[in-house]
Amino acid sequence: MAPTARPTVAQPLSPHLQIYRWTWTMAMSVVHRITGTALYGGTALVAIWLVALAAGPAAYGWVAGFFGSWLGRLVLFAYTWVLLHHMLGGIRHFVWDAGAGFDRAQRLSLARLTLIGSVSLTVVVWAVALLVR
Amino acid sequence: MAKEEIRQDTRVSIRTPRARVRGLGVSHHGAGHWWLQRLTAAANVVLMLAFVVIVARMSGRGFVEARALVGSPFVSIVLILAILSVTIHMRLGMQVIIEDYVHAPATKIAAVFANNVYAVVVAVACLYAVLRVGFGQPV
Repeated sequence: MAPTARPTVAQPLSPHLQIYRWTWTMAMSVVHRITGTALYGGTALVAIWLVALAAGPAAYGWVAGFFGSWLGRLVLFAYTWVLLHHMLGGIRHFVWDAGAGFDRAQRLSLARLTLIGSVSLTVVVWAVALLVR
Repeated sequence: MAKEEIRQDTRVSIRTPRARVRGLGVSHHGAGHWWLQRLTAAANVVLMLAFVVIVARMSGRGFVEARALVGSPFVSIVLILAILSVTIHMRLGMQVIIEDYVHAPATKIAAVFANNVYAVVVAVACLYAVLRVGFGQPV
């Protein structure tokens, strides 16, 4: 079979973030990636915590001491929000995967609900954890 | 010419006919990663909520109590499932980010390689620790 002649088409390049005016959906999309990346690094903290528990009382005491400190608690609080925000962002993606929520108004409310939901849930989780303890 | 016809006409597309027939896209893996990303995302919702409860219940516990909690069968199983689901999910997610932003072939291969190493190291460290704590518990 003779090869079909194909004219060369220059591959188009799309403009990047700095070109656009910030919108809710764009901001939540960017934050989804940033929180995902933060959680990626955060798993190292989980690994350190579990390995310390397996290693013995001295190692665990050191790690538990850090997470019990002022800085450690701040890290855990931020971690909680990052986790819940990424989780709600993922649920938003599931809604889109199902083919729903693409209207202008729905997109905006989904983006806003992601942030409102993650902040509220973080406060609720910490309030419950501190009260029950 | 209608939109659909333009897409079908390979003379104006930047995709080769062969690429179109194989249907595997730029990753050369098809939709396998995409699907696994969704599967682990769904699992993560349940497993991470359980993880938050476990971590909250760990706070303020001493070494022996903490080991007893992590080493109890139900908590150990939840943690093992969470480690597997999360490390697969984060590996795929980071690979997407690398493929989006790193274009030079050598750097991209190195970055994807490092990503795989990190994911495997975190997974093995966590699994070893949970199993060791779990199997070390008196029944």
